[in-house]
Amino acid sequence: MLISIYRYDYRLGNDYKMEDYTIDPDECDGVMLLDALNYIKANIDPSLNYRRSCGEGVCGSDAMNINGKNGLACITSLKNFKNKIILRPLPGMPVIRDLVVDLTNFYNQYKKVKPYLQNDDSISYEGERLQLKTDRKKIDGLYECILCACCTSACPSYWWNPDQFLGPAAALQSARFVKDSRDTKTHERLIELDNKFNIFRCRTIMSCTYVCPKGLNPSKAISELRLEMLHKKI
Amino acid sequence: MNIPEHSFDIIIVGAGGAGMRAALQLSRAGFRAALVSKVFPTRSHTVSAQGGITAALGNMDDDNWIWHMFDTVKGADYIGDQDSIEYMCRNAREVVYELEHMGLPFSRLDNGKIYQRPFGGQSKNFGKGGQATRTSAAADRTGHALLHTLYQQNLKYDTMFFNEWYTLDLVKNDNGAIVGVVAMCIETGELSFLKGRAVILATGGAGQIYKSTTNALINTGDGIGMVLRAGLLVQDMEMWQFHPTGISGSGVLVTEGCRGEGGYLVNCDGERFMERYAPNAKDLASRDVVARSISMEIREGRGCGKRKDHVHLKLDHLGEDVIKGFLPGIRELSITFANSDPIKTPIPVVPTCHYMMGGIPTNKSGQVITLDDNGKDVIVEGLYAVGECACVSVHGANRLGGNSLLDLVVFGRAAGDHFIANFSNFDNISLVSDANIEQAAGRFYDWNSKSGKMSIADIRQNMKIVMQNNFGVFRTGDVMKDGLKIIMKLKDDLKNACISDKSYTYNMLRVEAFELDNLISVAAAVALSANLRTESRGAHSREDYPKRDDKNWIKHMLVDASNNVYFRPVNENPTLVPAFKPVARTY
Repeated sequence: MLISIYRYDYRLGNDYKMEDYTIDPDECDGVMLLDALNYIKANIDPSLNYRRSCGEGVCGSDAMNINGKNGLACITSLKNFKNKIILRPLPGMPVIRDLVVDLTNFYNQYKKVKPYLQNDDSISYEGERLQLKTDRKKIDGLYECILCACCTSACPSYWWNPDQFLGPAAALQSARFVKDSRDTKTHERLIELDNKFNIFRCRTIMSCTYVCPKGLNPSKAISELRLEMLHKKI
Repeated sequence: MNIPEHSFDIIIVGAGGAGMRAALQLSRAGFRAALVSKVFPTRSHTVSAQGGITAALGNMDDDNWIWHMFDTVKGADYIGDQDSIEYMCRNAREVVYELEHMGLPFSRLDNGKIYQRPFGGQSKNFGKGGQATRTSAAADRTGHALLHTLYQQNLKYDTMFFNEWYTLDLVKNDNGAIVGVVAMCIETGELSFLKGRAVILATGGAGQIYKSTTNALINTGDGIGMVLRAGLLVQDMEMWQFHPTGISGSGVLVTEGCRGEGGYLVNCDGERFMERYAPNAKDLASRDVVARSISMEIREGRGCGKRKDHVHLKLDHLGEDVIKGFLPGIRELSITFANSDPIKTPIPVVPTCHYMMGGIPTNKSGQVITLDDNGKDVIVEGLYAVGECACVSVHGANRLGGNSLLDLVVFGRAAGDHFIANFSNFDNISLVSDANIEQAAGRFYDWNSKSGKMSIADIRQNMKIVMQNNFGVFRTGDVMKDGLKIIMKLKDDLKNACISDKSYTYNMLRVEAFELDNLISVAAAVALSANLRTESRGAHSREDYPKRDDKNWIKHMLVDASNNVYFRPVNENPTLVPAFKPVARTY
């Protein structure tokens, strides 16, 4: 099996090059693409670099562009490919080295939506704060995000306005807190979203939803935020 | 040498549950807390925790923290420190409510309270009242929910993050006090001295010493390595938990919550074999018991599959609603890694290395302990350890499911509180010399100058195989003796290894070399301790010494980097309740 990988080092000033590695999937310690990368790093080319951690699709480290589609290497089976895999770093992000991209702007957009519960209740250790099962259900499909950046780096609107458009991941987080019945700043959150860019640069291209490795739907979350703004007459 | 210096009130190494809970406590109180992590915080391994966090909330059923304490002492096979266990169980309710207030999206019951599920080793009324239901959960993604919630709170309170910075070593001054760390920015390869009145180590586990493990690739025992190199001790390192249900082949974790929700294990004859090994608790016996039972079934030829090398975890009888509602993540993992949808077919599982019960010895405020010349406990000034890397000894010889997330938040918070109350006494920072800093940076220059022929990947792979084969679920003296010899040889081999790529730009090979130093230190400590404990207790199960030996072995074993061995008594002085005395451990 041939794996062709994008190689680059921001400090060298050279253009990137694609480097080919031939591997036998049976020799890898596992059946996933990440196992093949680990095999290459251990046995063929120790200078290859990529992020990785949990190996089971919950930490979000090893997002990359796999044959043109963003995904996580650790839950992408080698069996999905006939004979050639092309790996590139996530698109639309500055490359540091090889498959490692600079996610600073992605994290900053996340921080912008105040991704933490805002509530003035004091904690009582006698009894707990209750939440209805039906209210809790409203944040299913929102809280599971692993911040892998597959969605945001697949979004053409984000490529154009990465500084002003929140991007699908951050918008999904915004929805997660807007819809949490325990958050008391819903109105303020919606007002803060109200400009031409934050969520309105979304053109419903739906690349985000197409690539999300956790099966989440940021596109829908953005539409629901807009509806919420309409209901609240913002 | 010219290493830039950055000064803070306190340095926290590791951004998992324990490190972030400690950092939050400190930032919220207005301290300048620097949180150094080799990965972006939400990539830390806490994110993989599934089943839940145990606390006697009593939301489903009668419950009491003293019952939780009894179960934990028994689960630990009586070498857990009872003062720490008491502290943890007593504070459990409070920390869970706190997490809920921070926004952790717990699953809910019909009455709006936090959802709880039964977990292994839980009982009511001191083992006499049947199964308890004590583990609070956010579906089967509790660790993810917890870690993201803590990261979000740290953003809110402006903790200073050093993300993708690798900590090389502790900086120890001439008085033996810890005054900071030397860390490398992975992106640029530059070193910095991060100075603080104290350091909290929260570097997590070291499951990467085993070939088959549920642990993330980043779990390389960095804190253990740092402490050993600083001339300090590690405790109970022979105690490694094998989780009964890792997916066969990949080692991916399948939560005990599956069995909590009503799933059970079957062998190739379709027999629910746990009924034979643990007639009362059955599939919800303690993890060491279930892991051994599965290994026995496989060994006696009743394993499933062509190679008869695993057993089946059956969930299909629970129905689609339960699986989709409470175990959606497990279903996803099983489909991806075992090609089996548990709604229809069972999951192939096998015991897999999961958790390090031992670690850096601490008291219940997280302060690191070492021994003086007379074998008495002394506090190491300026150093705390919390979470899996620490051994405050709440897990003893076997951890109960749901107690690790609890350990993280209880003791992360306790360490933060202790520093807040005592920071004015930590005044060693003026006493640091250049030589102290250079020593902590030493590994960086050593690896740069090495020119041997051996590959880092080969040494690592050999270590993993030896640990897997010689220090697994069942252990024997001869095999472990050989294992120790090989590990010591691999430790020597490290001198002849080199990093072939010396680039300073995001060079993961360099990081892997630093990690390998730590992995081998952990492996050596495990191999040595396991050889010396001549009894079977909890997860340490010896075929040549099949019995528990309470007369000689109710004590902690400690080792240092030069293979010296020391002992400490187990604490049997809880403050509010009488100590639980050792009894035969049946389920």
